[in-house]
Amino acid sequence: MSVKTIAGVAVNVSEEGYLEDMSQWNEEIANEIAKEVGIELTPKHFEVLNYLRDKTAAKESLTIRGVGKSGIVNIKELYGLFPKGPLKFSSKIAGIPKPTSCI
Amino acid sequence: MSTEKKPLEKVCLICAKGSLEDVYASLVMANGAVMEGIETKVFFTFFGLDGITKKAMNHLHTATTGNPAMRMPGGLPFPTMLGGLPGVESAVSGMMRKQMEALDMPPVDEFLEMITAGGGEIFACKLAVDMFKLKKEDLSDEVSDIITIGEFYEMCDGDRTQIIFT
Repeated sequence: MSVKTIAGVAVNVSEEGYLEDMSQWNEEIANEIAKEVGIELTPKHFEVLNYLRDKTAAKESLTIRGVGKSGIVNIKELYGLFPKGPLKFSSKIAGIPKPTSCI
Repeated sequence: MSTEKKPLEKVCLICAKGSLEDVYASLVMANGAVMEGIETKVFFTFFGLDGITKKAMNHLHTATTGNPAMRMPGGLPFPTMLGGLPGVESAVSGMMRKQMEALDMPPVDEFLEMITAGGGEIFACKLAVDMFKLKKEDLSDEVSDIITIGEFYEMCDGDRTQIIFT
């Protein structure tokens, strides 16, 4: 674990840059992490991010299938929002731990 | 010695067997690769074609005979004689599908859609399609083409490519 300053806030991050404490997250942090992975966030992105955060707070496991059934986006749209990392990048930007799911 | 990381760029999977676990092994690995942003191609051949044949794909079975890893609920060995009784294989396979669903593993048709939604591609082997007398319309809509193994190998170029046979 290390401390990194993102968007002017010192946050605890894992070796791979995932926030260790999801309560340290805010939208500016999301925007900055998104920029690092080459994504420009839109309101639709935030809908997905908030969904992921809610599920994580409720200790539910995350899968892209679950997101696809959330009613926010289908799986193709999810890939469109977070190319090459529908769960990996979205979780990183949402300030939640790296997903442990294989699906 | 260089410590530069050289991540995989392409994964090409060949699924040649049609049991529930063989097809799902291919699908999980293919979907996992797509989710990691790796270019993914899956080639279904021989009995593996059941995994992309509309009539068969959502009713795949796991072998209850000749499968030494098969266990009873509770963990005791599964008697081979029992596995051969009519209906047992169906019941066991149905139970496995239910357990998989509980882990959010989708049915085969939906799994194929998830893979193509992320840009993965699904192919059927021409030789096997001819042998089983199948037509393009018998196969899942997610199958992009029926091709020869030679054509598949052509797609497997690149020096960070792996071919995986399941």
